[in-house]
Amino acid sequence: MNVSQGPTLVEATQMHRFRGGDRRFAFLVPSSMIFELDRTSERVLDRLADGPRAPGEIVGNDAEQDALRELASVGAVARQGAPLIPIGGLQEVDGPPPVRTVVLNITNSCNLACRYCYEYGDDRIAEAEVPMAMTEEVARQSVDRLLADSGEAKDLQVTFFGGETLLNWRVIRPTVEYAREQVERVGKRVDFSLTTNATLLTREISKWLADNEIGVTISVDGPREFQDSMRVYGNGMGSYDVIAPRIRQFLEVQKRPVGARVTVTSKNLDVPRIFEHLIGLGFYEVGFAPVTSSPDQDYALGEDGFDDLLDQFRDLADDYVEAAADGRYLGFSNLSDLLGEIHEGVSKAYPCGAGLGLVGVAPGGEVGLCHRFAGSGDHDLGHVATGIDDAKRAEHLEKAHIDARTDCSQCWVRSLCSGGCYHEAQVRYGDRFKPNLHYCDWIRDWTALGLSAYGRILDRNPQFLTRFEGMLRAAQPTP
Amino acid sequence: MKHIAPRNLKARFATDWLDGRGEAEATADDPGPHYPSGCTTIFSPGWEVDSTGGTAALCQPMERDLYDCYKTCYWPAQVPDYLNNSPDWHKNCASATQDWREIDLVFP
Repeated sequence: MNVSQGPTLVEATQMHRFRGGDRRFAFLVPSSMIFELDRTSERVLDRLADGPRAPGEIVGNDAEQDALRELASVGAVARQGAPLIPIGGLQEVDGPPPVRTVVLNITNSCNLACRYCYEYGDDRIAEAEVPMAMTEEVARQSVDRLLADSGEAKDLQVTFFGGETLLNWRVIRPTVEYAREQVERVGKRVDFSLTTNATLLTREISKWLADNEIGVTISVDGPREFQDSMRVYGNGMGSYDVIAPRIRQFLEVQKRPVGARVTVTSKNLDVPRIFEHLIGLGFYEVGFAPVTSSPDQDYALGEDGFDDLLDQFRDLADDYVEAAADGRYLGFSNLSDLLGEIHEGVSKAYPCGAGLGLVGVAPGGEVGLCHRFAGSGDHDLGHVATGIDDAKRAEHLEKAHIDARTDCSQCWVRSLCSGGCYHEAQVRYGDRFKPNLHYCDWIRDWTALGLSAYGRILDRNPQFLTRFEGMLRAAQPTP
Repeated sequence: MKHIAPRNLKARFATDWLDGRGEAEATADDPGPHYPSGCTTIFSPGWEVDSTGGTAALCQPMERDLYDCYKTCYWPAQVPDYLNNSPDWHKNCASATQDWREIDLVFP
């Protein structure tokens, strides 16, 4: 027996360091904890920047010794090669969890023919022969399915999605009433949301949505020239002049804050202008989503486009921080969502709620991972009338787990990103389990930007961050 | 803590727990025994005892051996040459304990 033992070396564990004003912070991976460093602990970490060292080399006095001990106690420093200490580890699930959210694709029809639409364009993966509109009966069955599979969950969510949801307006109203009755009977609560392109928002519908406190997201691309370049009717006519007055009168009567959701393409890559325009129309928040597309579409963002987008987000984040320092809220919802996750310290095993607590239902009642998969045969998880196939759900969850994604294993944002959208991966790589490697660098830069904003807000008005406490939203599906 | 201060909720939760305060549940496991993940010297073919004198975490199961022979102490007889010719040899093996069957043979 001959075990030779070199000196014990210590190393800094994976982290991202950032500043806010003169303060220094460390975001730890994968726990997502954030600590502020003083000069002493910063010095100790700096000495570990080039790799493992012997403790004697990095501490020169009692204060540094204390700092090293504190850093070790939260897992920021560890013995070289020691296994990760699972302080506040991943959000794990034990088997398929209760279903809390159903997204009902109540129609596959749309009165617009947006050029980039994944429902209609080249990137559609659902099959064409599915029924176009959901019947009242299937919608009721979906509500029943939600209730039956919701386990202990008290707060449930029904989201109406399309196609253009308001084309199937006659199903929405009775479904809301039915869900309210059923949910009340078993002592649970239900919240409703809906996404629309605003073309069919009449006064009557606007008032009903307000009275029933339905959360509404409006898909809109900004000023006329942008809206009309992509969001067009079948005959090519733009939709801006139809929606603008309807949005104005709709926003006047709403009680809940209403968000706009912008699809960013190479044709409307002007975040400040879009933001200003939509906030001017009266929206509370604006969220930007890069278009999902194959790279060869002419409207695809491309690498330069993504770089531009990040620069524009950076400028808007600066404005956000200035507003937050004054205690004002600037409705840049992408950043708010990220700050909410950072503040909470979320560490995800899965990128989103699809198949976890959220499922999508196709017009015919087929259940899919989410609204983007609903109705595509290969990805079906069952039918609302006969039940959700938990074995398939479990199989999905096993394959999609962050630990099963080798490509992510060394990435410092893995606990926040967890590989990205399954649907995007399906479109891009033909495999929903593949991480979205085409935008890894972008997501890392975006997360660094979010941490920088977080640090600056911590420095200037930490009170602002309490708005995110306890309100981390239940998986709200992104259109 | 004097030199680091928790700033987000997760960090506050963990430090409360470490200080024995708050209602934090034991999501933070006790670090427990030190399981070696690397050989003690480059030329050691494995372990007979670990650094605490125990045997529980030695070269079994085989996957511990396999991964420890890769990177932490490169052991050319058992693992492919990941520096030059086979950087992706373990690509399909995210977690050795689960996916070791996915490792393919590497032919020179």
